[in-house]
Amino acid sequence: MRVSELIDKYGMKALSLPDPDREIAGGYCGDLLSWVMGRAQQDNAWITIMSNMNVVAVASLSDVSCVILAEGVTLEQGIVDTARGKDVNVLSSEKSAFEIAALLAPDV
Amino acid sequence: MNDALTFHFDVDGENFVSAGQASVQVKKNLRELGFPPEVIRRVSIAMYEGEINMVIHAGGGEADVDVFEDRIVIVLTDRGPGIPDIDLAMQEGYSTATDRVRSLGFGAGMGLPNMKRYTDEMRIDSTVGKGTVITMSILVNNR
Repeated sequence: MRVSELIDKYGMKALSLPDPDREIAGGYCGDLLSWVMGRAQQDNAWITIMSNMNVVAVASLSDVSCVILAEGVTLEQGIVDTARGKDVNVLSSEKSAFEIAALLAPDV
Repeated sequence: MNDALTFHFDVDGENFVSAGQASVQVKKNLRELGFPPEVIRRVSIAMYEGEINMVIHAGGGEADVDVFEDRIVIVLTDRGPGIPDIDLAMQEGYSTATDRVRSLGFGAGMGLPNMKRYTDEMRIDSTVGKGTVITMSILVNNR
């Protein structure tokens, strides 16, 4: 499934979408950045409630396909700009991390 | 190829917002040089963890990256407090990070274990009160 499909299919909001056609393969939920760095796989969708600048760095370096911010969390504009500049897809959902993971699981 | 391509970075010790800049730059350079994605990912993760450790614990430091055809060597040098018990520091979940650092999502006690996991060789030379030098090698064709 492509990252852009999350918007229509699950009503997610795109905060930064420089690479909409990127394929998602699996997912990872977590807010501790080192844990995510160590365990998330390339092309995963990373579901988190963390929203500071370091999230963009971790997403870029661990090469996940997108970050999905749960619980309606959003990003400051400066962080959105950085995400776009670093080719990091970031979406936001009103649903909880658990609900998002359950929704995506059959598709990715 | 015997001559390495070398990159040098000063890591700012007080800036969490810009932490990771050296790692992001190395990732970009390696991508331009055509290294495989998995090698780039391993280098990026190991170096980012090291960079964050220098920001959290040592007030910054220096990062040197030597790029050979068959391996990438990262040397992280700081003049921080040193690591009194390296075996303890290497345990997953052990951390001396402050609550403020933890609130940013760091301090899970996974930094050094991740660095070891994602590299083929890692050496820690640390002297309490003087600083720490970490040398990591990633072999290009190993995995």
